Amino acid sequence: MAPVHRLLPLAQSLGRTRASIQRTTRQQAKHRYSSAAADSASVEPIRGLDLGVAHSKLLLRTVASVRSNPELRALGVSEGETRKMNMCQAINDAMRQALATDDTAVVFGEDVAFGGVFRCSVGLAEEFGRERIFNTPLTEQGIAGFGIGMASMGHTAVAEIQFADYVFPAFDQIVNEAAKYRYRSGAQFDVGGLTFRTPCAAVGHGGLYHSQSPEALFAHVPGLKVVVPRSPVQAKGLLLAAIRDRNPTLVFEPKILYRSAVEQVPVADYELPLSKAEILRPGKDVTVVGYGAQIYALENAVQMVERDMPGVTCELIDLRTVAPYDAETVAQSVMKTGRLVVAHEAPRTMGFAAELAAEMQERCFLRLESPVQRVCGLDVPHPLVFERFYMPCAVRTYEAIKKALVY
Amino acid sequence: MLRSAALSAARRVSAQPRTTAVLGKGAVFQAARTMASAASSDTVTFEFGDKTFEGYNIDVPSSSITLTKADAISLYREMQMVRRLEMAADSSYKHKLIRGFCHLCTGQEAVPVGIEGAITKEDAIITAYRCHGFTYMRGAAPVGILAELMGRKDGVSKGKGGSMHMYAPNFYGGNGIVGAQVPLGAGIAFAQKYNNEKTCTLALYGDGAANQGQVFEAYNMAKLWDLPVIFVCENNKYGMGTAAGRAAANTDYYTRGQYIPGIRVNGMDVLAVRQAVAYAREYATSGNGPLVLEMKTYRYGGHSMSDPGTTYRTREEIQHMRSTSDPITGYKHRLVDSGVASEDELKSIDKEAKKLIDEALATAKATPEPAASELWDDVYVKGSEVPYLRGRVAEETHYYNVD
Repeated sequence: MAPVHRLLPLAQSLGRTRASIQRTTRQQAKHRYSSAAADSASVEPIRGLDLGVAHSKLLLRTVASVRSNPELRALGVSEGETRKMNMCQAINDAMRQALATDDTAVVFGEDVAFGGVFRCSVGLAEEFGRERIFNTPLTEQGIAGFGIGMASMGHTAVAEIQFADYVFPAFDQIVNEAAKYRYRSGAQFDVGGLTFRTPCAAVGHGGLYHSQSPEALFAHVPGLKVVVPRSPVQAKGLLLAAIRDRNPTLVFEPKILYRSAVEQVPVADYELPLSKAEILRPGKDVTVVGYGAQIYALENAVQMVERDMPGVTCELIDLRTVAPYDAETVAQSVMKTGRLVVAHEAPRTMGFAAELAAEMQERCFLRLESPVQRVCGLDVPHPLVFERFYMPCAVRTYEAIKKALVY
Repeated sequence: MLRSAALSAARRVSAQPRTTAVLGKGAVFQAARTMASAASSDTVTFEFGDKTFEGYNIDVPSSSITLTKADAISLYREMQMVRRLEMAADSSYKHKLIRGFCHLCTGQEAVPVGIEGAITKEDAIITAYRCHGFTYMRGAAPVGILAELMGRKDGVSKGKGGSMHMYAPNFYGGNGIVGAQVPLGAGIAFAQKYNNEKTCTLALYGDGAANQGQVFEAYNMAKLWDLPVIFVCENNKYGMGTAAGRAAANTDYYTRGQYIPGIRVNGMDVLAVRQAVAYAREYATSGNGPLVLEMKTYRYGGHSMSDPGTTYRTREEIQHMRSTSDPITGYKHRLVDSGVASEDELKSIDKEAKKLIDEALATAKATPEPAASELWDDVYVKGSEVPYLRGRVAEETHYYNVD
């Protein structure tokens, strides 16, 4: 345990005594394995809170919230028409605009002409024709290689891999062919027009092969970009940016958000910047970083901490692009707060949180007040019946934030 | 509008001058090529033997080919150039000027040369790592190829690709993973069809790669959508060190497309290759969909420079192939017998090829390595890179987006 004297300045600012801190740290030591029943409403920290994306205050549910959003204002789309969309519809809208503005753009994958298993491409075949929106065989490696070939001709290829869990047969193509084409040809050829869309992450009952979050595997590969949106407004802007970015890009779409995240989405064509994190809530005491659906667990954790530790404020950051990621925004935040909690659903070992923790200790070493906390999935295959133990839920994040604060 | 179409057009335009600069042929040789085709309109007709072609669900090409004498001679010259190029690569490797992996096509020259004579520059080719002959035939200068092999700045890929990753206009490389280029060929062909071009793509792979699952995935998509792609299996009898029959349940590679017709071709006969590819091109660009060609060929050397090539086959077998089936020697006899060229004329072509390659090798050796900054370039498109990449020491850290 940390020497108590190091906690005193913060603790005093929180009106706590040395004894209470020692008590807390002992309790945390005891509670190390107690977060397992985290999703149960009986868990103490959750009391009185409405959890999850359905109650999130981060979503732009009203036209007024769109009008006042600084990023959308800067893009000049905050004043225009908006439409209520879930994330699925927003992705559909983005693809429609990509197809309408680029004659070479095509959308393909398993069942996409029928709308796709999640209905993200519904109506596109009718609007743009079956020669541009077409079904492929069940052939992930083939889909990837085919898309790379098309993109190497300068075309725009938007490939859907039906589940992120199915991307592994295509791993060789993406890692060895797509990521390196520009470099190894001295920039004579590239596959900049190539984008993979694929649904990822847990839904509560997906089991081993409909739940995984393989973003870190791809983030490890120079030449690829990896994007994970958290909401409809984000998904539309980031997907359009990914499709038009002249690098091969993977967009991992947290499938639990397809219908559960609903926002007023600008109807206009807009692109949100890649490799740019977004500060969702400013705070002074601890930086909490995540991406995708994990953001909503983090939001709840932050709410609990701020309720239980009056005076504490947490800075919540959505990384949005996992590779190449916006280290600068996170580092600036950590330089301010001195504490960092990183969370993701993928397993802990070699996960993206490890990279961010390493980078931040290197950049902010003398400013860190406590060890960087990682809140991640467990190092096990994504479990079916035990998913509730596996998830880096709000309560586990809450414990980690407290641990970072009261070190 | 059409932002990415515009971008891709820009890409092609901007690629052009660079490609020309890097790939431009030696002036002497260029002149020789032009004069040869202009000097004579006399034609010559060659007949093929019975076993030259075998068809699978398709009629075989005509058993005779007519071409101009100049064309006939140029096929010889190009095969000799490819062989000399590979000999230069071989000796440079042994002198440690070339490091790493290096796969030579000595013995298989009739395939790249015959193909190029049957297609247009607008058609596309993609192949695996045995790519030097194709790179040359697509228009790269020998000096660019040799410099690439040595990892020099003036290499066709700026020295960043090496032996396995060479490119030229409408030559999509040079791919390192066995079989991975085949579905790319289907994608390229899709884009050609999408553009309503009357062009096709040749996707080449070896007999070893023919057993990769993704080859069949590509077959399926190509036939499903009738893509103008010609799958070309270069069957040189050994996938690395394994004889074809020990790796494949069916070694009749031309039949392995099942629902795709196929033709087996004597790949040691440059005229047969040319005839078959011209036939396949007509088939594929007329909306009939894909075709599988099997080129029966033979490599004299090992799989790569680290394979002596004699542990899984006998020296006698190699010697026998050299003396009975060599694509250059065999063709030389046909040219002489048919009166297209005299022995002396062909000998002077041999000498010219040797001279050109020797010169190219000397030039390539003298070219510098790429600038160290190339280490960072082209990982991402310019302007969208990571903020910086670390060097060995702080002073070497490379910051992008800084003028």
